[in-house]
Amino acid sequence: MDIFFQQIINGLVQGSVYALVALGYTMVYGILGLINFAHGEVVMIGAMVALAALQALLAAAFAPVLAVLLSLLIAVAACMALGYSIERIAYRPLRNAPRLAPLITAIGMSIVLQNLAMMIWGREYHSFNLPFTSNSHHLGGAVMNDVQIGIVVVALVIMAGLMWLVHHTRTGRAMRAVAENPAAATLMGVDINRVISVTFMLGSALAAIAGFMVSANYGIVHYYMGFMLGLKAFTAAVLGGIGNLRGAMLGGVLLGLIESLGAGYIGDITGGFLGSHYQDVFAFFVLIAVLVFRPSGLLGEKLAERA
Amino acid sequence: MTATPLLEVQDLKVSYGGIQALKGISLSIAQGELVTLIGSNGAGKTTTLKALAGLLHPTSGKLHYQEQSLLHIPAHQRVANGISLVPEGRGIFARLTVEENLLMGAYVRSDKAETAADLERQYVLFPRLAERRAQLAGTLSGGEQQMVAMARALMSHPTLLMLDEPSMGLAPLMVEKIFETIRDISAQGVTILLVEQNAKLALEAAQRGYVLESGAITLSGAASELLGSDAVQRAYLGA
Repeated sequence: MDIFFQQIINGLVQGSVYALVALGYTMVYGILGLINFAHGEVVMIGAMVALAALQALLAAAFAPVLAVLLSLLIAVAACMALGYSIERIAYRPLRNAPRLAPLITAIGMSIVLQNLAMMIWGREYHSFNLPFTSNSHHLGGAVMNDVQIGIVVVALVIMAGLMWLVHHTRTGRAMRAVAENPAAATLMGVDINRVISVTFMLGSALAAIAGFMVSANYGIVHYYMGFMLGLKAFTAAVLGGIGNLRGAMLGGVLLGLIESLGAGYIGDITGGFLGSHYQDVFAFFVLIAVLVFRPSGLLGEKLAERA
Repeated sequence: MTATPLLEVQDLKVSYGGIQALKGISLSIAQGELVTLIGSNGAGKTTTLKALAGLLHPTSGKLHYQEQSLLHIPAHQRVANGISLVPEGRGIFARLTVEENLLMGAYVRSDKAETAADLERQYVLFPRLAERRAQLAGTLSGGEQQMVAMARALMSHPTLLMLDEPSMGLAPLMVEKIFETIRDISAQGVTILLVEQNAKLALEAAQRGYVLESGAITLSGAASELLGSDAVQRAYLGA
């Protein structure tokens, strides 16, 4: 039972990260019908920038807590600028092109960003240590540390904030209107390009926060870390129903739990034949299962429906 | 018409995909007029409205509104200038509530108190919408959706309101109601350009009319004259 609770906690923590990243995929898909495959790389660059900023701030003798908060803010700002630029440079010129063109461009953008990060930060793993100790807390037989609690709490607050923004502000209303019918939104006086830019910037801000979280949790960053994380968050978005915000959050948490429980028990189930390093298999098993049995996802509508 | 017209279109040409949809049309609308553009399917009526709203870009011609050229003003800014189009098929946001749809109409306005007052005004004009303000617009009937589309356009305080086939697909009773509302809006001083397939109803409501055939204007004049003309009678009124 202890393992069970521990895996639930691990799953919730990882799921919170997936949910934040999945929101970025789903928001862009909702508005442009585009899978932004470069989104995982935005997460990675968020982590890299946060690490660089954190080290610089600590070297400049900033107080640890202040340094952490500032580095997070810097990463968010950098990723928002990056997300905005990706859309302007790579996707906007292809707005009216056949759908395959922006998709291939997205994959290309992902490779470009990976290599750019490799040139700047090198191929090696960098350790990402927070400048304070993360105390562990025993909950029953399971353990949860400060960082993990922080991840879940911050993710919840951010998701609540995003839902509020989308459903109760003028900008959010415009985002939903553009997602449903861009031409009609234009006739309301909405500058579609502006809404699309805002969407990319919001998604990238969430990606930066997720990048910070996952690095703080594992204590490591690497130029390739965005690839697998992005793919899994995309899976989470598909699981929840791509284009659906609640779906992305649900899919993220569910995928985190499935992965974590799967990794925890795969050894027992297969009699030790497969170990927990097969964790990644579960995400893609889920992806295939969803695509075969429920392509619209858990909360999604008909896939064909896009205004 | 001695005063400068509110809208002046000269030799407007629009083509898409190599096909010339408008072959140089000219028309003008004075402040406060209700003008109708009639014609059969594919004559270019919707193309004309889209070009005026900025959704399509003319290949040549002049487009003057309040004595200024519209050609380089993007569609979303034309709304702020007072040009509002209720598109064919209504273009309502099905997954937004009725009230959210109306608030989208006020997107270009920043005066909150006035907007709230305007919202109430629409609910007086369309009591049906007041009952359904919290309902998703996609769940309404076609007639109610047309009301949403019109109320939403009015929320932007248009100077020039363009309506594309407001009666399309509606039951006769609802069509009458919509036309009654169009007359009301016109009586309030809003300039209206009405595109309709139902030529009889449109000409009865309008002061002047234009007849569009295969991308060119073939007839124009007072609505009552057009209503009585043999050509219109034969082509559009089935007489």
